[in-house]
Amino acid sequence: MAILLKKIKRLELQIENYLDLVVKGGFLFKQGVKYYLEEQTEEFENRMKSIDITESDADHLRRKIETKLYLETLIPESRGDVLGLLESCDKVLNMTAETLLQFSIEIPFILPEVKNYYIELTEASISALEEMVAAVRAYFTDINSVKGHINKVQLFESESDKIAAKLKHIVFRTDIQLSQKMHMRYFALHIESIADEAEDVCDRLSIAAIKRFN
Amino acid sequence: MIWFYLVSGLFLGWSLGGNDAANIFGTAVGTRMIKFRTAAIVSSIFIVLGAVISGSGATETLGKLGAVNAIAGSFTVALAAAVTVTWMTKMKLPVSTSQAIVGAIIGWNLFTGSPTEVNSLIKIVTTWVLCPLLAAAFAFVIYKITMAVLTRTKIHLLKLDSYNRVGLILVGAFGAYSLGANNIANVMGVFVPANPFNDLSLGSLFTLSGTQQLFLLGAIAISVGVFTYSYKVMMTVGNELFKLTPIAALVVVLSESIVLFLFASKGLETWLASHGLPTIPLVPVSSSQAVIGGIVGIVLARKGRGINIKVLGKISSGWITTPIIAAIISFVALYFAQNVFEQKVVAPYNETKVEILQTNPVHYAQFKEKTDTTIYKNKSNNINQSEQNQNDNSID
Repeated sequence: MAILLKKIKRLELQIENYLDLVVKGGFLFKQGVKYYLEEQTEEFENRMKSIDITESDADHLRRKIETKLYLETLIPESRGDVLGLLESCDKVLNMTAETLLQFSIEIPFILPEVKNYYIELTEASISALEEMVAAVRAYFTDINSVKGHINKVQLFESESDKIAAKLKHIVFRTDIQLSQKMHMRYFALHIESIADEAEDVCDRLSIAAIKRFN
Repeated sequence: MIWFYLVSGLFLGWSLGGNDAANIFGTAVGTRMIKFRTAAIVSSIFIVLGAVISGSGATETLGKLGAVNAIAGSFTVALAAAVTVTWMTKMKLPVSTSQAIVGAIIGWNLFTGSPTEVNSLIKIVTTWVLCPLLAAAFAFVIYKITMAVLTRTKIHLLKLDSYNRVGLILVGAFGAYSLGANNIANVMGVFVPANPFNDLSLGSLFTLSGTQQLFLLGAIAISVGVFTYSYKVMMTVGNELFKLTPIAALVVVLSESIVLFLFASKGLETWLASHGLPTIPLVPVSSSQAVIGGIVGIVLARKGRGINIKVLGKISSGWITTPIIAAIISFVALYFAQNVFEQKVVAPYNETKVEILQTNPVHYAQFKEKTDTTIYKNKSNNINQSEQNQNDNSID
C-alpha cells in the first residue's frame, strides 16, 4: 500500500508540474506580445526561446504521464477523460508557442492606436487559459469548483471576442494597405483562438466532471 | 465408494465457484480495478476460511428441508443441482446455487414421497425475497453516505483510485468469507449425514471436526471453480448489467457481503437472542440475488439512470426457472439412479443410519440429536402399518 501511494504521489506531482508548464507558457506568451509591441526585440526573442523550451518540456512530461497511467492501469474509468484533457491543454500551449513564433517570422506591423487592444486581448485570452488550468486542477481535487472556473473561462472568452471585434473594427477603418489590415486581423484572430480553444477544453471538462460521480 | 459419491458435491462446488465468485469480484475485475489473478487468490483463501469456520449454521437449515437419507440420493441431488448451475452458467446467466439445491432436494422429496418440511421451505423462500431487498436497502444507504462524503472531501483522483482498489480487495475478502460461510451448505450440506471424516486433531493447536473437513473439501472445490471458470461470468456481471463506477462496485460488494454474513453468522444469531432481539434465520442465500439487489439499490440512489432492463429481466427469469429445472432434473436422475443403476436413493428409517454410518457411530448419534425426526417417525409408523396389513392378509 505504501509503495502504491508513493507511486501515486509522484504521478500527482507530475500532473501538477505539467499544468504549471501550461500556465508558464501562457505567461511567457503575454510577456512576449508585450515586448514585441514595445519593440524590445531581445526580450521578445528570449521569451520566444523560453516558450519553445516550455512547450517541449510539457510534451515530454505529458507522454510520461500517459505511459504511466496505462502501464499501471490507474483510474481505468477516468483515464480516457484525463488523457484527453491533458492533450487538449497541450493544444492550447502549442497555440501560444506557435503564435509567438509567427510574430517572430512575419513581423506584423501594428498600428499604435490598437497596441493597447492587442495587450488587452492577450490578457483576456491568457486569463481564459489560466482559468482553464484551474478548472482542470479542480477536476482532480475539488470537483464542486470545476463549474465556477468553467464559467470564468466562458466570461474571458466572451471578453476576448469583444476586444477582437473592436480591434478589427478600428483597423479596417484606417487608411493603411489592405494587406496590413489583413495581417493585423490574422494576428488578432490567433490570439483570440487561444481563448476559444480554452473554452473547448472546458466543454470537454464539464462532461468529464459529470461522468466522475455519475 | 463414499469418495465417489462426494464427487457430485465437489462438482457442485466447482460450479458455485465458477458462478458466484463473479458476484464478489465481477464488478471490480470488470472495471479493471483489480486483476483477475488477485481476485481469484483472495476469493479462494477467504472462501475456505468462511466455510470451515462459519459454515455450519446455514447447513442445519437446509438439512431440515429434506433429509436426504441415502448416500446415493445425496450424490444424485447434488449432481442435479450442479448440472443445473453449470448449464445456466454456460448460458452466461448469474444463477443461484441455493435455489438449484433447494429445487433438487424438493425433487428428491417428490420422488421418494417424503413430505417437504414446510416451515423450512417458507423460511428459505422468504429469504429469497428478503435477500435482494436487504441488499438494495444497504446499497442505497451506503452509496448515499459515500457520495456525500466524497463530494465534501478533496481527495485527489489518483489517491481515491488507490483507496478504492484496496477497499475492493478488503471488501471482496469479506464477501468471499461470507460466501464460504453461507453457501458451503449448498455444496456439502446433503453429505453431512453421511460424512466419512473423523475428527482430526493437530497436536494441541486445534481440532478439525469431520464436518469442517467436509466443508474444507467443498471450499477447495469452490476455489478451483473460481480459478478455472469464473472469468467469463465476471466480465458479464461487470459490463453488461450496469455501467458501475469503481465506487459503486465497492458499495455493491459491501452490501452483498453484509447480507450473506447476516444470513450465515451463528455468532450474530446468538448475540441477538441473548439480547432478546429477533434473530435472522441462518439460511443459504443467493449471492447473485444480493448483487442484483445491491445494483438496484444504487440505481434507485441515482434516480433510475443507466440500468439494462433486458439483462435484468433475463436474470430474474432465471430465479424462477432454476429451482423448477433442478427439481425436474433431480427427479429424473433419481429415477435412473434407482431403476437403471439400482442404487438406493432413499432408505427406510430402521436401515438408514446403521448401514451408512456404520463406521461413524459418533456422527450418527450427533445427527440423530440435531435432525428433526418427525418424518422418520411418520415413515416408521407407515412401515409398521404396512407390516400389520401384511400380517392381517396372511392370516386371512
